[in-house]
Amino acid sequence: MKAMVYRGPYKVRVEDKDVPRIEHPRDAVVRVTRAAICGSDLHLYHGMMPDTRIGHTFGHEFVGVVHEVGPAVEHLQVGDRVMVPFNVFCGSCFFCARGLYSNCHNVNPNATAVGGIYGYSHTTGGYDGGQAEFVRVPFADVGPSLIPEWLSEDDATLMTDALATGYFGAAIGDIVEGDVVVVLGAGAVGLFAAKSAWLMGAGRVIVVDHLDERLEKARTFAHAETVNFAEHKDVVVLMKRMTDHLGADVVIDAVGAEADGNLLQHVTSAKLKLQGGSPVALNWAIDGVRKGGTVSVVGAYGPIFSQVKFGDALNKGLTLNMNQTPVKKMWPRLFEHVRNGHLVPSDLVTHRIPLEHIAEAYHLMSAKLDGCIKPLITTDASQGA
Amino acid sequence: MVYGPHKPPLPETPEQLRARIPGWGVDLDPRDRPTVPRLQDRPGLEGPPDESIEAQAELRPRERSIEHAHLTPVFGTAQPLHGVSGAIRRYAYARFSEGRAAHWLLLVAGDRVEAFGAHVRSFASLRPDVPATGLRAELRHGGLGARKGRVDARHHLLDPVVVGVPWVATGAGVVAVVRRVRARRR
Ligand SMILES: NC(=O)c1ccc[n+]([C@@H]2O[C@H](COP(=O)([O-])OP(=O)(O)OC[C@H]3O[C@@H](n4cnc5c(N)ncnc54)[C@H](O)[C@@H]3O)[C@@H](O)[C@H]2O)c1
Ligand SMILES: [Zn+2]
Ligand SMILES: [Zn+2]
Repeated sequence: MKAMVYRGPYKVRVEDKDVPRIEHPRDAVVRVTRAAICGSDLHLYHGMMPDTRIGHTFGHEFVGVVHEVGPAVEHLQVGDRVMVPFNVFCGSCFFCARGLYSNCHNVNPNATAVGGIYGYSHTTGGYDGGQAEFVRVPFADVGPSLIPEWLSEDDATLMTDALATGYFGAAIGDIVEGDVVVVLGAGAVGLFAAKSAWLMGAGRVIVVDHLDERLEKARTFAHAETVNFAEHKDVVVLMKRMTDHLGADVVIDAVGAEADGNLLQHVTSAKLKLQGGSPVALNWAIDGVRKGGTVSVVGAYGPIFSQVKFGDALNKGLTLNMNQTPVKKMWPRLFEHVRNGHLVPSDLVTHRIPLEHIAEAYHLMSAKLDGCIKPLITTDASQGA
Repeated sequence: MVYGPHKPPLPETPEQLRARIPGWGVDLDPRDRPTVPRLQDRPGLEGPPDESIEAQAELRPRERSIEHAHLTPVFGTAQPLHGVSGAIRRYAYARFSEGRAAHWLLLVAGDRVEAFGAHVRSFASLRPDVPATGLRAELRHGGLGARKGRVDARHHLLDPVVVGVPWVATGAGVVAVVRRVRARRR
């Protein structure tokens, strides 16, 4: 089969690989019909995630058709169209039993500090991902859901990560009616978070980024006010000015480890890999939120230390909520919102690129060329692609 | 001037927001959201009873965090450890917990060592590695124009340096060694 393969920082290509096998009785093998590139893939692509091995296939945002099932799989059948949450999880451990699907204890031997994720290095379990023609899906009765008839494949694909994560980011912001919500980052995750903040009753939503096309989307798609941080000397002061010098009630970090805005922090982390992530956006969140406010972090950071302004968080009495999204837990509500048209995930799809050309898609997404927000990867099994 | 106790007024009323933004307030009740309660203790699990979960066969020794009691019943087998990078990574897993910086820094070192070896080997194959892939996108999707007025353009300038210099330096080193060996032979 054809699969995207990592060849070292900034280098990916398509190779022929063996079709994955059933390795556990509860596995399925899924033929991928659509995959996406997520901002998180860029952290791998830039060589920032420890234990990213040569030959690894990325991709944790995908849908497909069940191709083979293991003997202990009861509910899925060959031919079923499925959407697969980006988390690999068992559904039965201490953490899954409490709804923490993204923190499963039974699927990642490499680390206890993070659960299982498809195609996200060996630090998250060593599973090849879905930017390929086929993918191994463990605990096939637990993670995947059948794609409802009324849901398009594009929408289903974005529900497996970006939409669920944006919604989750707003939800763990514990927004109450009338809150002023600042969203840092206008990627797919930030834009969905901004949109979701309104559903939860935000009184104002302000989106911060420096890419004009994305800020335009923040205004049109997410109905938000926007700030281009490149036009301001000090974003924290600006956030205070915009909020009568109290600070925002809730700030959502939808940027993560490769934040711009401070060249030194960006270069020491994203370029020289001396930090687990550039904490620029997170520090803006901590300093820009009001005392007693909530910072919601869905932007991803690696396991290596970064220079976070923890003292400010303490002294301001902040609540910091964060996690990798337990995707499937968001789905019942998101199905309602997508069906009612309150959330339209596919509005953020900007590019469709066949798997053969995935190297270009990575460069496009990484350098943010051509207004790229969400590139979808199509395979020969994709319909209407 | 004194800061008072009240929240400053919002520019729009809930009615105006509801009229302007499709779905405004449909998840208004903070208790009725899928993140509440954050930790749920439910009787009915999503997964199978734990005693029914078989252990995946360990066909070759599988590295694991020493913070785990045992190998997890399910694990990825995508790229097994091999060679020098494998030895470094195995040591990182066997010796240091995730709480230790050494654990992660060794894993990062393993990544660089493996990538270096893979690049060198690729030069003897039909598909030699290049410093960065996908650059055709620059031609097809905007290139310089797409970067006008962006703050990240400053470090995009650095990218060729960060990505390219190790390649150039290594290439120069290889050339120097080859020259020296040849000179000696003469
Ligand atoms: N927690 C999870 O489960 C989860 C899931 C998906 C993605 N993520 C993470 O969420 C983040 C966003 O994902 P995405 O797909 O939208 O990525 P993306 O790369 O498309 O978007 C990131 C955006 O942040 C902007 N940005 C950079 N520095 C900034 C700063 N200092 N302030 C404000 N904006 C800044 C960039 O210009 C870009 O538009 C990534 O870190 C990703 O890893 C987390
Ligand atoms: Zn992701
Ligand atoms: Zn679990």
